[in-house]
Amino acid sequence: MSALNSVILTLVTFIPLAGSLLLLLLPRRDRDIRWFALVVTLLAFVLSLHLPVHLQRDQPGFQYEVNLPWISSPNIHYHMGVDGISTWLVVLTTFLTPLCVLISWKSIHERVKEFFILLLILETALIGVFVSLDLFLFYFFWEATLIPMALLIGMYGHGRKVYAAIKFFLYTMIASMFMLAAILWLYAKTGSFDFVSIQAAIHNGQVEHFANAATWLFLGFFIAFAVKVPLFPFHTWLPDAHVEAPTAGSVLLAGVLLKMGTYGMLRFNLGLFPEQSRANAWWVMILALIGIIYGALVALVQPNLKKLIAYSSISHLGFVVLGLFSFTQAGLDGATFVMLAHGVSTGALFMLAGILYERRHTYEISEFGGLATPMPVYATFFLFITLASLGLPLLNGFIGEFLVLSGAFRDRAIYGVLGATGVIWSACYLLWMYQRVFFGKVTRETNQSLPDLDMRECVVLWPAALAALIMGVAPLIWLNAFDPAAQAILAPFTQLASKVVAK
Amino acid sequence: MTPNLHLWLIPLLPLAGAAINGLFGRRFSRRAVSSIALGFCGAAFAMALWVVAQFSALSLPYSEYFAPWIRAGSFQADFAFYLDQLSLVMLLVVTGVGFLIHIYSVGYMWEEGGFYRFFSYLNLFMFFMLTLVLANNYLLMFIGWEGVGLASYLLIGFWFTKDSAAAAGKKAFIVNRIGDFGFLIALFLLIKHFGSLNFVQVFHRIAPLRPETTGAGLLTAIGLLLMVGAAGKSAQIPLYVWLPDAMEGPTPVSALIHAATMVTAGVYMVARSHVILDRAPMALMVVAIIGTLTALFAATIGVAQTDIKKVLAYSTISQLGYMFMACGVAAYSAGIFHLMTHAFFKGLLFLAAGSVIHAVGGEQDMRKMGGLRTKIPWTFWTMTAATFAIAGFWPFAGFFSKDEILWQASRVSFVYWGIGVFTAFLTSFYMFRLWFLTFFGEYRGEAKAAHGGGEHQAGIHESPKLMLAPLVILAVLSVCGGWVGSVRFERFLTPVLQAGSGASVSNVSTNALASANERKDEVSSETLLTAVALGAAALGLYLAFLMYYQRPQLPDQIAASLGGFYDAVVHKYYVDDLYATLFVKPLLDASTRILWQGIDRDVIDAAVDNGADGAREISDSVRHMQSGNLRSYAGWIAAGAAGVIAYMVWMGTR
Repeated sequence: MSALNSVILTLVTFIPLAGSLLLLLLPRRDRDIRWFALVVTLLAFVLSLHLPVHLQRDQPGFQYEVNLPWISSPNIHYHMGVDGISTWLVVLTTFLTPLCVLISWKSIHERVKEFFILLLILETALIGVFVSLDLFLFYFFWEATLIPMALLIGMYGHGRKVYAAIKFFLYTMIASMFMLAAILWLYAKTGSFDFVSIQAAIHNGQVEHFANAATWLFLGFFIAFAVKVPLFPFHTWLPDAHVEAPTAGSVLLAGVLLKMGTYGMLRFNLGLFPEQSRANAWWVMILALIGIIYGALVALVQPNLKKLIAYSSISHLGFVVLGLFSFTQAGLDGATFVMLAHGVSTGALFMLAGILYERRHTYEISEFGGLATPMPVYATFFLFITLASLGLPLLNGFIGEFLVLSGAFRDRAIYGVLGATGVIWSACYLLWMYQRVFFGKVTRETNQSLPDLDMRECVVLWPAALAALIMGVAPLIWLNAFDPAAQAILAPFTQLASKVVAK
Repeated sequence: MTPNLHLWLIPLLPLAGAAINGLFGRRFSRRAVSSIALGFCGAAFAMALWVVAQFSALSLPYSEYFAPWIRAGSFQADFAFYLDQLSLVMLLVVTGVGFLIHIYSVGYMWEEGGFYRFFSYLNLFMFFMLTLVLANNYLLMFIGWEGVGLASYLLIGFWFTKDSAAAAGKKAFIVNRIGDFGFLIALFLLIKHFGSLNFVQVFHRIAPLRPETTGAGLLTAIGLLLMVGAAGKSAQIPLYVWLPDAMEGPTPVSALIHAATMVTAGVYMVARSHVILDRAPMALMVVAIIGTLTALFAATIGVAQTDIKKVLAYSTISQLGYMFMACGVAAYSAGIFHLMTHAFFKGLLFLAAGSVIHAVGGEQDMRKMGGLRTKIPWTFWTMTAATFAIAGFWPFAGFFSKDEILWQASRVSFVYWGIGVFTAFLTSFYMFRLWFLTFFGEYRGEAKAAHGGGEHQAGIHESPKLMLAPLVILAVLSVCGGWVGSVRFERFLTPVLQAGSGASVSNVSTNALASANERKDEVSSETLLTAVALGAAALGLYLAFLMYYQRPQLPDQIAASLGGFYDAVVHKYYVDDLYATLFVKPLLDASTRILWQGIDRDVIDAAVDNGADGAREISDSVRHMQSGNLRSYAGWIAAGAAGVIAYMVWMGTR
């Protein structure tokens, strides 16, 4: 196993990229291309399972590390490694991508080859973000996700797709500039891009002028992540990007790409700048709370199914940020859990929306009504995922939200109370949407004869539904992995707290 | 040696039934579906009976650890079950009444589409309800708590093509979520201050605390928040609005979920949390006030309803109010006692009402019934037993439990007692109103039977035996269910309800401890109070007899003379409309106009787009600098040089 341990991250990260290069060589036979993409993504998934299976729970620090010099000047290393948290984010990515391939099986019928090439490149970039421990490498992957995603939206989307693609690209790109500036500052002062050594240098006070710059550095990272999350008021790119994106794009966008932002906060804001994180937590948490409530209320009145789900994402991601900045064990565990749970359930919701779009070529809720009669199986899956998303206990949404809120409550009661109103809002917008789409009599003639799910669509939805159930019933599989990692991240905070007490 | 009870099987058996029917039921015959549903539910009931048989051999409270569920830092919640006298009573009521209603449903739903779906949901409900009852910690209880809400949502909206049914299901879930919000905050408080949600640990840590007399303390807050949760689930003011709408569901569902079991979960939860409430007299008082007001308020609405199920729905809300009144005066055992007898007679009332509706071809308006006494005698007689029971006539079950509640309430305040007795009068009145309207006089269904003629009336038929058997069993229980007596019942529950009460603690323990001695002295006053309550019930019966049997023109005259007040009552005091104008509409409008179209589009997005446009315009003008015109370049150079010189001069003069 040890031989595999040292190369596993490289393998998982670059198998999709290798696959996309091979796809270039393949002739344009759409069927073969789809199957090939499916096999590649499944291979990546199976390999990525090695990470959680052989993760050493009691071993602190990063695992499966690989650290090779890449460029000598500037001093850039090929440094990868994961802890219990990033491990599962990698698996989330590799889990969702094969489903994305399957969901695009029929809906993408033009420029099929390019589509799957872009999808595979995107997968590599996403995984790279979660495994990189060198800031330059991280930034490289971070920006690398933009291009395939913007192209997926711009080429394969619908409606105002170019506007949405450019908005997405510029919005997040401009914000990332601040992070780049912060990274370069750190390199200038420490001579290293290495996350672990920079962290140690900051911790030991070996970075010159750090005290003056720290808040700006914190903000530089934070703004890049906040836009990606997206945190209110940086969220307006998301609904547009989602509505115009093809289904697979939406799934990866909501399922994984947004988590780059929250993962970044967890790893870099909390990891490198604990003091600044604590000092700025109050307004970050207020923004998160606004996001939770605001996202939900705006979702409530959306006439468009995909926009509704997009705004619900803003609400859910608010929970993640709230948990992270509560600096409690429960908050961090819960935030990470919400990241995964949201990836699965919102990913599935977008797939469900896409299935409907393939049949009716619209997302307008008013176009539907009474669909439970012609499509009972579809309605059942949709209800199940809806329940997972609104946080029904024993399904995945509940665990994370409960832990986040209890953590936030422990930090400051009012945060927990305001956040907990989210449980009411989510029931409102989701059940109302469900009622309008599925209940009542079929109001439109065309909906009368809509076909129910076929075999392929069931194959796409079953894994997501099962994952939602297993995560809700046996969350310890995940929590046991998060707990030590969260503890490690929180260690400086507990020291800080004890310092404050000592004063 | 305590035997291993395998309690986990009790909830899991119905879950298995739900899963089998839900996944594969579509291909099964009706007979197979009903056998599976009844089999698994019956097995749970059989296990409950077996537990009763083992009960004396147990060292109580008995707990059973199954598996860990959530762990984060030092906080942990498990799949673990807990059995004491209180959960045993609930276990028996839920499985027993649940099983009877399963049997009844087979007959009632036989002709309906989605037969497998119905029984899958019904079994699913049993799973969640039993989880709620058997949980050993608040979080597992919360699974059941939300889960029964889900089952309720699914079953209210069972006929989902009907818009009103779909809307009612959604309303029930959302209003319950508002209650759950309070429940969750209470849990967060418990976690924050006591580090656990396990009943034993939490109560153990709370037991040494002194009662909070100031009315602004941690335990008071927890108690009030738990009551918010209970008010949602058990349809108390101000969250009762979902229950009348829930009558959109099939009638067996109304009987099982919205009368006998789920709606009583709030009472169970409050009784379970008595250790907390005992130390929070303020919270306890709020519980009592909410219960008393709800009892009265719902009863007045029940008086003017014409839909047979709606009358029963408001009656349920009112009776639940009695239970909270009991809990609020720290007479938890009286509340649980009423919970049990109410499960018998209200379950029966709904089932019998279902049988009536079945008989008259789906009609629910009592004004179009009448004279059914001779046509459906079994239904009539069983419903009569239930009516006398709920009205509180001796020796029917309801008499004993209601009498105990009123007696306990009178010891705290005669205001509670007075309102309670008046409500008892109203209860008796509206129930006998229902009884006379439905079963006596002439059949008034002709008006509707214009297309169907007399054939409709001739079609009035008694329900099949499968439906009558549960009616008869419940009728027997409605008569005899109270004979165990409140004193013996209280003694049985004492180990639970005295636990953690400590000597230092408030009026409860003194209440219960002293009650044995005081009882003798107070027997005479108790008899007097009982007589008054019985008189109130008799008065209600007489008035209903007068108005709806002897002089049927009287109600209209009275209604006319009451004018506006009567209108308000008929329209349920306009509470639904009030909530709609006060909360729902402003929320939707504000979300649309201010948040979405206002802030999102006109502020943030406009800023972003303007920023982009601005950047383009600036670039556009800057672009003109590169004109290719040498003279303009020379001009720029001169201007630049002038700027540099000016800067140097300015620097030099400093």
